[in-house]
Amino acid sequence: MSEETKNISILEGRKGQVWRKGEGGAFVCDRQSLAGSVTQRACAFCGSRVVLYPIADALHIVHGPIGCAAYNWDIRGALSSGPQMHRNSFSTDVSEKEIIFGGEKKLRAALDELIPELKPKAAFVYSTCIVGLIGDDVDAICRQTSAKYGIPVIPVDSPGFKGTKRLGYQAACDSISKLIGTGDTSKVGPLSINLLGEFNIAGEAWMIREYFEKIGIEVVATMTGDGRVDDIRRAHGAKLNLVQCSGSMTALAKLMQETHGIPFKRVSFFGMEDTAKAIYEAAGFFCDEVVMERAKNLVRAEIGEVLPQLKAYRRKLAGKKAALYVGGAFKALSLVTALRALGMRTVLAGTQTGNADDYAALRDICDPGTIIVDDSNPLELAKFVMEKDVDLFIGGVKERPIAFKLGVAFCDHNHERKIPLAGFAGMLNFAEEVASSVLSPVWKYVPRRSGLGMEGVR
Amino acid sequence: MLDGTTAEIRERQALRINPAKTCQPIGAMYAALGINGCMPHSHGSQGCCAYHRSHLTRHYKEPVAATTSSFTEGASVFGGLANLQQALENIFTIYKPKIVAVHTTCLSEVIGDDIPMIIERARREGKIKPDQLVMHTNTPSFVGSHVTGFSNQCASTIKYFSESSGETKNVVNLFPGWVEPADMREIKRMAKEMGIEFILFPDTSGVLDTGHTGHYEMYPAGGTTLEQIKAMGDSFQTIAMGPLASKAAAEELEKKCNVPSRLLELPIGLSNTDAFVNAMRLAGQVPVPASIEEERSRLIDMMSDMAQYMHDKKVAIFGDPDQVTALTQFLVEMDMKPVIAVTGTPGKAFEAKIKEICAEKCPEVEARAYSDVHFLHQWIKNNPVDLLIGNGFGKFVAKAEGNIPFVRFGFPIMDRVGHRAFSTIGYTGAMRLIEQITNAFFDYRDRNDPDEKIELVL
Repeated sequence: MSEETKNISILEGRKGQVWRKGEGGAFVCDRQSLAGSVTQRACAFCGSRVVLYPIADALHIVHGPIGCAAYNWDIRGALSSGPQMHRNSFSTDVSEKEIIFGGEKKLRAALDELIPELKPKAAFVYSTCIVGLIGDDVDAICRQTSAKYGIPVIPVDSPGFKGTKRLGYQAACDSISKLIGTGDTSKVGPLSINLLGEFNIAGEAWMIREYFEKIGIEVVATMTGDGRVDDIRRAHGAKLNLVQCSGSMTALAKLMQETHGIPFKRVSFFGMEDTAKAIYEAAGFFCDEVVMERAKNLVRAEIGEVLPQLKAYRRKLAGKKAALYVGGAFKALSLVTALRALGMRTVLAGTQTGNADDYAALRDICDPGTIIVDDSNPLELAKFVMEKDVDLFIGGVKERPIAFKLGVAFCDHNHERKIPLAGFAGMLNFAEEVASSVLSPVWKYVPRRSGLGMEGVR
Repeated sequence: MLDGTTAEIRERQALRINPAKTCQPIGAMYAALGINGCMPHSHGSQGCCAYHRSHLTRHYKEPVAATTSSFTEGASVFGGLANLQQALENIFTIYKPKIVAVHTTCLSEVIGDDIPMIIERARREGKIKPDQLVMHTNTPSFVGSHVTGFSNQCASTIKYFSESSGETKNVVNLFPGWVEPADMREIKRMAKEMGIEFILFPDTSGVLDTGHTGHYEMYPAGGTTLEQIKAMGDSFQTIAMGPLASKAAAEELEKKCNVPSRLLELPIGLSNTDAFVNAMRLAGQVPVPASIEEERSRLIDMMSDMAQYMHDKKVAIFGDPDQVTALTQFLVEMDMKPVIAVTGTPGKAFEAKIKEICAEKCPEVEARAYSDVHFLHQWIKNNPVDLLIGNGFGKFVAKAEGNIPFVRFGFPIMDRVGHRAFSTIGYTGAMRLIEQITNAFFDYRDRNDPDEKIELVL
């Protein structure tokens, strides 16, 4: 460990956000990042954008200077089985003139140029930091444009300064809620669900949908992976909501419960245990013996397929130590369980924006000595990784190079994953992904394992 | 993904589709990373900082540390004074940089935060100690592009720190412009080979292309030191490469310290490298060493070997003005026809320069500043090309047009590793460009030719 890493202190104002199992003390989360920290978090705009953009037949237009549109142009692999409109980047590219005179004219013109040409089913207009400041009335423009073209044109109130991604998720849920309840539900059957907080990264929504179709449960709308406007409009016809990425979509589930009386269940499709649990919960909800029987058969068959292959990975990976730093704490929970299935131990678990309940569950499930951390930064993460001598780091784009610099294997379990990690087959993919990095011979050459740099070369 | 792009081009007034630029602050961040021990600080919402770090990390595959003022709703109303002061205090306490380089964002610009005043006040109130260095640069995201931000950061650094002691030294300042760390290494190598004394500023080699040490270094060893930046005021000449990225800095140094400057195109290709070598020869009053002459002759040898494959090939190119201009020159030198050159960065000078370069070889060239990738794509649909050159987003255009030969060049490239490791500057860099271009042609033929036409010898 370099002197720099060894001696870092934790910002006084952040001490409550680091907790070690066995040492007690209070744990603090869900607060703004301290100004001046190298936070791994993003902003409300980012949160809204990532939640909504998988709706593939809608137009997504970013109202603001070019950067906000440029940085999230197709960075997430949210796949669509049909239209690919969402993978383009549309922006008003606000420049100096609009800062002075306002951007309404430009936004109006942009919508007029795009809607007749692309004929989207709906349009989302994202407000960035400066839109309110330059006095643009985005709501009014959306209302008027909507009337003009006869499609929903929905404002997304997502200026970055509103807060972390969580507040952006909330804004996205508000926007989606304007679509829900506007479609015809007469063809929605009694055994029907919506999948909330599933973004079809690497095609995961397709796998999950298939499970439900196989046991006779209809998936009305996936929000928002491989999403379609018309499906969302009739989502209120479903009898149950399954919420996967709870941080992003619990708000919408609650709203649908209030306005449409649809109950919801929080589930996870990461790892075999959690996937099985999610399928059983949905099947159990309908109190239908046939469905339950099919669910049991499905789970049995899938696990029967995967388990023997998993054993081979377990032999190779048993005893390895993992650190994880992900978006929300609910996913962290699933990962701890999934890693256990591989014989691995989680020694550091952190999230960008976990909430108190999820952290409580995470603290329960972890082994003694595990460090739990909220809204961390590179120096802290590096310190803990070295202290715990981990073999694997699970995180996102900003954590990857840090792990590699420390000589630690890495698995992207964020939106940049390229293979589906959800469901039963996803567990196998996860094992392969972990093994391909953890078992790489390259780690033999890094200083941490080989002793020293060139001195170790003979 | 771009299958929906139509050939019918409509003049757009208000809309950016698939940008060929991004915003100023990321350029300031990149330039600031080229200062040794520097922490770039983004004065705005935390999403800006997160986006820039992620974007740079995806391109360089390196950790990028930067801090943010984490604007909140309150700061967006009352100004970011408190946020910035707290940030500066925290940064020096925890991360201990040699200098903090504050840049603004659209939000703090529109609010009108007076950064020098805030820094001054923090100093007066003892929140920053006398030996803790802070600088600032204004980077409104709604003006210019990411290159403007790079240019502003460089010029501001000089304004803050370069000094003239009255004694002129036999040293040449080399301003590389926004090029890759590998290019900065190559410029240094060539200058050493020439035998001149020099200071390279900024210098991201050793910062964004570091080796594996087993440590996470928040401040890697590379970067132009503050002593060097100060001493630039005593150099007797500046060679500034890339007008858009480097001119402002060169002028600032000329104004402040009376160091005369020579403005060159980026040393990409034969004649631009000749100009660079010649400028170094004149500045240093040194002969061109045999080793450099040999490099030049090897380039010409390769150009002649491959000339038949280059003749009249139609090339579409997009990217940043300095890069595109210099590379277009090289394409003409190789007997190719640059039929369209596009940049997202505003500025009519670009169009004039491209037309001048192409006047003989391809007078019909379509040169567009302040444009986007969507326009380029539509234009190609009407005028098919043999080769596309541009950043990573170009692959969608290449794929939509039947997988036409495509060479990645520029920023960002998020799907390859070569750009940060192998330079495209100088004579040897030009050889690499030839290799990439001919590989693209040959791979295309090998992939698409029927069996009976596959050639072993090319």
